[in-house]
Amino acid sequence: MATAVPIVDYLVLGDDPHLIARECTGCGARFFDRRNACASCFATTFADTPVATTGELKAFTIVAFAAPGVPVPFVAGVVDCDGTSVRGNVIGVDPDPDHVALGMKVKLTTYVVGTDDDGTEAIGFGFAPLEA
Amino acid sequence: MSDDIWILGINMTKFGKHPDLDTVDLAAQAAMAALADGGVTMADMGVLAAGNLIGGGGLGQQLQKQIGQTGIPVYNVSNACATGATALRTAIMAIKAGECDMGLAVGVEKLAGAGLLGAGGTAKSDKNVYEPSGRYGAVTNTDGRIGTNNMPGTFAQIGMEYGHKYGGTSFELFAKISEKNHSHSTLNPLAAYTKKMSLEQIMGDMMIAYPNTRPMCSANCDGGAAAVVISGAKLKTLSLEQQRRAVKVSASVLTSDPWSESCQVLPDVNTLTRMASTQAYEQAGVGPADLDLVELHDCFATAELVHYDNLQLCEQGGAVDFFNSGAPWRDGTMPVNVSGGLQSKGHPIAATGIANIWEVCHHLRGEAGDRQIQGARVGLAHVIGLGSACGVHILEKSAA
Repeated sequence: MATAVPIVDYLVLGDDPHLIARECTGCGARFFDRRNACASCFATTFADTPVATTGELKAFTIVAFAAPGVPVPFVAGVVDCDGTSVRGNVIGVDPDPDHVALGMKVKLTTYVVGTDDDGTEAIGFGFAPLEA
Repeated sequence: MSDDIWILGINMTKFGKHPDLDTVDLAAQAAMAALADGGVTMADMGVLAAGNLIGGGGLGQQLQKQIGQTGIPVYNVSNACATGATALRTAIMAIKAGECDMGLAVGVEKLAGAGLLGAGGTAKSDKNVYEPSGRYGAVTNTDGRIGTNNMPGTFAQIGMEYGHKYGGTSFELFAKISEKNHSHSTLNPLAAYTKKMSLEQIMGDMMIAYPNTRPMCSANCDGGAAAVVISGAKLKTLSLEQQRRAVKVSASVLTSDPWSESCQVLPDVNTLTRMASTQAYEQAGVGPADLDLVELHDCFATAELVHYDNLQLCEQGGAVDFFNSGAPWRDGTMPVNVSGGLQSKGHPIAATGIANIWEVCHHLRGEAGDRQIQGARVGLAHVIGLGSACGVHILEKSAA
């Protein structure tokens, strides 16, 4: 059985894939990267907190022209997951303005990004339209 | 008042392709012309602030070796797309601190043919062994997989976010903003592009990052700009003609982005611009209604829209209505980017934050020729660099 690793360390795999935020224990500000301190209140303690897996697309673009090696077109966006803004691609939808809309309800989903020389799969995430 | 600051001389080079001029040549051309415009020389300068982003550092001393080595302090400045404004503000701060009474600020960039900016990083091959690295513990390249890092895509989302919040935006609306700026630049002989473009041409051009097509993106080009700044006390000792042409810097403000909920997910260019404009209006003792023209940072058509709001040229949430009213056209009630803006005049990064001041000064001095905004007395110049840094300057015509 192939082993799998998440594309980024804030993606948790398993039966219920989800993202975790580093939540400041002082003010509740949420971050996705490794932290030195809180950008909002300067506190230094954080707790890993699960982020809602459904949300609303609050900004998007359809990138038609990108760096070499990045397949285009793709939909890049920001999803409001119950008050936490998350950056990600909108997937499972035709990448054109007729099929992507501001305010769209979406759900986190995972897929295989690639496999390394040891047979380990990298698992990525994106947001797919939520069935009504 | 002795702590008044004035622009004594200012210049911008032609923006466009300068294959025969290097970064130092362009800086020298702008600097020497700014000194001549002010009727002073390098011997009068007490400080030099030199802005350049891509060139590799040390521009200030290289420039001195071409136009005058006098031993004055040099500040080499790099602050993303706000580099020019930051250089200018550095010279202004030196004068305000009382360290000198005149200073030179220069911004220059060689950017023709630079292509896509912000694409960043080398793409990691997927054919090694996955190991987490960096602050997000990424095992492979994330650009294009977890959103986009490139500038057109980032600013596209910033415009779309505004549309989601307030409504009324569309591909056509953003394209119309670009149509305005490409129309304005037909009157600017120093612009990189001076051809009018129809709405159909703009919307039909190559899509870069929806809703921004190629002409809706800032034009990469070469260019330089420079300004001589002077204290009010020193200006009084100069000729009446120099005093008459001097332009008052009523406000000089630089901000960075304060933390907001999503600012580390999608850059928040709004909060720091609103802060900067609020501080600038307070410093200058004027309000948006007093402005005769505005040069704002339209790095993409989608960015111009949000800055109408951030600079408080309209009610909060009212940028779409403001644009649709015709106000920001050159014959409207609040002309915006009569130079053609970054989309058409061009955006040689570090030059932009001084070139926009030059444009405003040109009108306040009544020297803008065919594109003169008649009777202009007060103007505002704005830049923003992602990361983020925002510069706002308010300029006023001399009373003399």
